Amino acid sequence: MSVKEAEVLEHGTSLAHPAHEEILGEQFETLEQQNNAYLIGMWAFIVQEVLFLGAIFAAYGIYRLKYLHEFTLAHKELDWVVGGINTLVLLASSYTMARAVRAAMQNKHGRQILYLGFTLFFAGIFMFNKYIEYSKKYEHHLIPGWGYDAHAIVEHGEKKKILEPLPDGNYKIKLETEKTVTPEEFKQRTQLFLGFYFILTGLHGLHVLVGMIAIGVLMVRAYIDYKKRKPVADYMPVEMVGLYWHFVDIVWIFIYPLLYLIGR
Amino acid sequence: MATQTIAHGEQQRVNYLNWKTTVASWLFTYDHKRIGILYLVSITIFFLLGGIAAALIRMELATPKGDLLTSDVYNKMFTIHGVLMIFFFLVPSIPAVFGNFVLPMMIGARDVAFPRLNLLSWYFFMVGALLATIALVKGGIDTGWTFYTPYSSSFAKGEVSLAIVGVFLAGFSSIFTGINFLVTIHKMRAPGMTWFRLPLFVWAMYATSLIQVLGTPVVAITLLLVAVERSLRIGIFDPNLGGDPILYQHLFWFYSHPAVYIMILPGMGVISEVISAFSKKRVFGYHFVAFASLAIAIIGFLVWGHHMFSTGQSIYASILFSFLTFLVAIPSAIKTFNWMATIWKGRVHWEAPMIYALGFMGLFVIGGLTGLYLAAMATNVHLTDTYFIVAHFHYVMVGGAIMAYLAALHFWWPKMTGRMYPQSWAKLSALLVFVGFNLTFFPQFILGYMGMPRRYHSYPEEWAALNLLSSAGASVLGIGYLLPAIYLVWSLKYGRVVTERNPWGARGLEWELVDTPPDPHNFERTPIVTRPAYDYGHPEEPTGIIPKPRPVVVGGKDG
Ligand code: HEM
Ligand SMILES: [Cu+2]
Repeated sequence: MSVKEAEVLEHGTSLAHPAHEEILGEQFETLEQQNNAYLIGMWAFIVQEVLFLGAIFAAYGIYRLKYLHEFTLAHKELDWVVGGINTLVLLASSYTMARAVRAAMQNKHGRQILYLGFTLFFAGIFMFNKYIEYSKKYEHHLIPGWGYDAHAIVEHGEKKKILEPLPDGNYKIKLETEKTVTPEEFKQRTQLFLGFYFILTGLHGLHVLVGMIAIGVLMVRAYIDYKKRKPVADYMPVEMVGLYWHFVDIVWIFIYPLLYLIGR
Repeated sequence: MATQTIAHGEQQRVNYLNWKTTVASWLFTYDHKRIGILYLVSITIFFLLGGIAAALIRMELATPKGDLLTSDVYNKMFTIHGVLMIFFFLVPSIPAVFGNFVLPMMIGARDVAFPRLNLLSWYFFMVGALLATIALVKGGIDTGWTFYTPYSSSFAKGEVSLAIVGVFLAGFSSIFTGINFLVTIHKMRAPGMTWFRLPLFVWAMYATSLIQVLGTPVVAITLLLVAVERSLRIGIFDPNLGGDPILYQHLFWFYSHPAVYIMILPGMGVISEVISAFSKKRVFGYHFVAFASLAIAIIGFLVWGHHMFSTGQSIYASILFSFLTFLVAIPSAIKTFNWMATIWKGRVHWEAPMIYALGFMGLFVIGGLTGLYLAAMATNVHLTDTYFIVAHFHYVMVGGAIMAYLAALHFWWPKMTGRMYPQSWAKLSALLVFVGFNLTFFPQFILGYMGMPRRYHSYPEEWAALNLLSSAGASVLGIGYLLPAIYLVWSLKYGRVVTERNPWGARGLEWELVDTPPDPHNFERTPIVTRPAYDYGHPEEPTGIIPKPRPVVVGGKDG
């Protein structure tokens, strides 16, 4: 029996700090234990997310190698400026989120609400830009399986002089190397690119949306704590949503170059 | 702490079963023990449904002609069987039922780290199971449990996408359980419960949880992509649309090979517990068994290509996968030898759980060894997609995992219910399962070796005798499974009442410090662990003690 064990045996198991009692879950002994449990749990969840999304990134990478020409051509349909703005917007939101977490740790409820509000605002801009991007794809009939038509990509490619329609109806794509594809292949493979675009950005957007809801809930909670002038509020939820939010940003940091930038 | 501290009579003692009895108190419970029971009841239903499908399959195969079921219905039947048994019975079986029920007690915790997430995962499971069952039974799915593309994504009629959503939800239920147990094992251990004092069941659950968290998301997204391909016709997996069906197989087996360890590792954990409890000896080579679990979890992620030797995968990849598959068999062998060494010179008690555990060892060894025939590339070409495969994985999953599940059920049943089942019936059923199982599946090794392909409803005359033997064995096996269902339910009302904490004389906090049936909070107060697991050599020393009540602070009545 160690000294520590003997001590606990003598004095009983540790007492929760009275102020902590109402935020301490029944199953935990100390607040430190509870906080650590939540952190490890969140990290495990994020690892799970990495594998969840990682499988799509892997598939995307494989097809990009296989259909380099078609994918390069199709990716020029993505608006790298809007994507770039969105990258900056998300980075800004990560900053405000970090400030919100800090404020929560210091029990500064007002400041916490303010920074959460900024984060929500940036997230809103991000979603608005996504909406613009998606509706443009819709106008150009570039939604896979939804009256998909590679016409816009063809026009665009011709204008940039990297696509040349051949007399037999096939297309020649001219990058550093050249590749000739049938119209059917052209359609399928560019559609595959846009498919990946919508799956990746769609799942990412869904994560942003979930994050926005969580931030909204946190704001309400912080407001209630503020009204009650709670001396010690539980900052863990903010910390955890913060972790999640940074993760969602990092996913975008991968999506942006892989889909919008490389090959430009 | 030897005597009970509760003043009221035994009948009145509050336990997790009787402290609230409304339906709502079960459906909205955060108590890990009750959630374990919820899982027990629900997966039993799916085991029954999957079993009915199996019975129909074996009836069809009793004769060479495809006379009972058309090939179409036959295909649907083995799909129902595979999907229900794997995703809705075996994957959740030991982790969700016994992991939930005993793991927190074993480490001296009041509950898992996230009780609400725990309940949520049961709801995910139930909704997923409901959708999948509807899709399977009414939607006519005939893809097999593997959902291979492009058949599943471009050709199969039926409600494939609905079934996929069901499996997807069940997958997330499994991920949540995994996260919960990982955190629970890391953070909820009682003082003194060091890593190397953990019961080996906990080590096995730790390894299982790692696989659940790292593997399941991949199959979840992969199946989702199949559903996307089905609805939008983008060519991710269908070569006609520009996709690659082999990519599907890589992604699928990246999960589904590790998933076979989700099914067997917890079973191995149970066997460690049972063997040592009934041999009254510490598990031989504790550290080796613990690390073998981790080794299986890690190496298990690197062997998936052994399912794809004959798909045109690169020969160099195949060589590597073959080598790694041989490697992953080593930790399983280590465990088996260590269990044998545990029994050796032990004081063996031939109670029902022990008989089941011994049955596990016999069947698992055959299953594992035949895996090596499949892992060798040359023999694999001959044996793949034959009944040899079917026999192999039934030996490990049914002979191994379900045998261990039954061992666990019989071992912890008195703790869960406060009742004892009739030993002689239990031993008889263990024997029937063992004999029936071998009669059913051993002939299938021979059939597969002779070249009988899997997944057809008819076959040439010369295989009739062995198939008939297999079907006959299946009915013995069926009786072996029905018996426990009957006498266990019977025991709930008529079985001998168990009030002592430790009816088996086993070591471990759940036996030594927890009442039968357990208190809603498991322990009066968080215990302090003072001895390593399985300390049968020191019968006078308890594994843990309940510390004195905490000092009274202000105006409290008493501690
Ligand atoms: C001891 C080590 C094991 C080895 C070396 C091994 C090896 C293999 C190999 C090489 C295959 C692929 C055969 C083929 O499709 O051509 C296979 C299939 C299979 N194994 Fe194992 N295995 C082992 C243990 C297990 C365990 C413990 C389980 C489950 C609890 C299991 C379940 C399966 C299943 C379900 C399949 C067939 C999947 C299908 O095609 O439907 N195996 N095994
Ligand atoms: Cu495998």
